[in-house]
Amino acid sequence: MLKVNGISYRYQNNGPWVFRNFRLAVQPGEIVGLCGYNGAGKTTLAKIIAGYLKPHEGEILVDEQPVSSFTGIRPVQLVWQHPEKSINPKWKMKKVLEETTDLDEELLSLLGIKSEWLDRWPSELSGGELQRFCLARTLGKHTKYLIADEMTTMLDAVTQAQIWHALLELAKQRNIGILAISHNQHLLQKISDRTVSIA
Amino acid sequence: MKLQQKEEPLPDLLEKDQPLLEVKDLSLSFRQYREGLRETDLQVISKLDITLYKKEIVAVVGASGSGKSLLASAILGLLPENAFLRGTINFKGKPLSPERQEHLRGEEISLIPQSVSALDPLMKTGKQVQAVIKGKNKKAVQQEIFDKVGLPSKTSNSYPFELSGGMVRRVLAATSLASSADLIIADEPTPGLDPFALKETVNYIKQLAENGKGVIFITHDIETALKIADKVAVFYAGQTVEIAKVENFCGSGENLRHPYTKALWNALPQNGFVPLPGSQPLLSEVAEGCIFHPRCPVKTDLCKKKQPESKSKNGEMVRCFYA
Ligand SMILES: Nc1ncnc2c1ncn2[C@@H]1O[C@H](COP(=O)(O)OP(=O)(O)OP(=O)(O)O)[C@@H](O)[C@H]1O
Ligand code: SF4
Ligand SMILES: [Mg+2]
Repeated sequence: MLKVNGISYRYQNNGPWVFRNFRLAVQPGEIVGLCGYNGAGKTTLAKIIAGYLKPHEGEILVDEQPVSSFTGIRPVQLVWQHPEKSINPKWKMKKVLEETTDLDEELLSLLGIKSEWLDRWPSELSGGELQRFCLARTLGKHTKYLIADEMTTMLDAVTQAQIWHALLELAKQRNIGILAISHNQHLLQKISDRTVSIA
Repeated sequence: MKLQQKEEPLPDLLEKDQPLLEVKDLSLSFRQYREGLRETDLQVISKLDITLYKKEIVAVVGASGSGKSLLASAILGLLPENAFLRGTINFKGKPLSPERQEHLRGEEISLIPQSVSALDPLMKTGKQVQAVIKGKNKKAVQQEIFDKVGLPSKTSNSYPFELSGGMVRRVLAATSLASSADLIIADEPTPGLDPFALKETVNYIKQLAENGKGVIFITHDIETALKIADKVAVFYAGQTVEIAKVENFCGSGENLRHPYTKALWNALPQNGFVPLPGSQPLLSEVAEGCIFHPRCPVKTDLCKKKQPESKSKNGEMVRCFYA
């Protein structure tokens, strides 16, 4: 289980708290939707859960172990809204993938990644195509939980449906838990087992 | 000052019939240099059409990578150097040459900035809005516009960092309202906005059209597009496949004419969340036939051999043999 155990965070000492004593649990294979107003701290929360930021209070536990104690590959992975910002523009897609995982043919085909795309530069792929690579990168064998922060907001509805269908199928197969962050209530209702909001 | 347009007599028929913007049979390619110094042309737009009148909001929706942002750049004259453009772009009845574009950009054609960072952090907001106002009484006009968008008059003495996100959005709104531009291009102004901020942004885009401007609203958010647009242009693989009335987006898409538009509508989470298999091809990958045929659920042999021409009627358009 992924446990967010009463975490608090603020960007400056003595500054205002972004959130205090926030709690949340995600079971393996469970899809939890998270919504909240602009500035409520959703992306900050995502970074803390994935281990990119340290909370001032509380802790994140994966199977009762603090995330910070995992060395090497993180069990909690994060996918962002803007794929082009998280991919090195000077590498061809094959290298982008190989940086983090071994090429897993089955995964690539499930995500609809065509083999000829591997030979292209990031600038030669659309946002939807790049986002599939970002997902492939985060779905290595060690991934137990995935945080999808506005993952499909920049994509058209057909691509959005394709990517979520593929991801939900994979989550089921591998028992991966997902925290889906979005402003799109219709989307959250469709994909989530339950939704929570951050005030 | 464009704000007074409401009181002006209605534009005469001739002027009303003349589109503000007319894009016809536009095509765009990029020259690319590959290994071995081989030069290739990558075609990304072909047969793109769109027409916009004053006071009109046309939403542009469609596949990611279908050329929506490139269309915006083409109109603004902001394409990279290796881009080659053919076809027609008329603004107020006259062709948009590069010289004319440079002259009109900011003055008569303007881009709605996406983010808060578009404001100058070191200048008071009132001054920033006054800077785009032409003519006399800048201060008074700016106050009037602040009033209109619901900003307290003391806001004009504030710096951007002192304002909430919502107020900053209103300042951006005020800037577009104050500018003399007749054509506004908004490229994805709404992703990542919560419902409250979304409503505010939508209201200000509506205000722009009510004040006589024409707006091209590029978005993936079909629900929002339907709330504000007069008509919707649907792009796929660098072509306009359909221009549809807003009312036709209803039910399970039975009034929509192009199979891609139907797929887009039925892929919305609230409409079935149906993922159409396959992916958008590059224009060069579909040598013959309809650009949509590799994914089209209702294609025939004809579709594989011949490209459908566009059929237009009453401002609506579709590019499909069987629509
Ligand atoms: N400078 C460039 N050189 C080569 N190809 C380019 C260049 N700029 C854009 N493209 C390609 O042109 C196509 C259209 O791109 P564009 O940015 O207009 O898409 P879009 O419809 O705005 O997509 P999105 O909805 O994801 O924003 C894409 O296939 C893209 O990869
Ligand atoms: S022309 Fe044929 S392939 Fe193209 S959209 Fe129409 S039915 Fe489908
Ligand atoms: Mg774009």
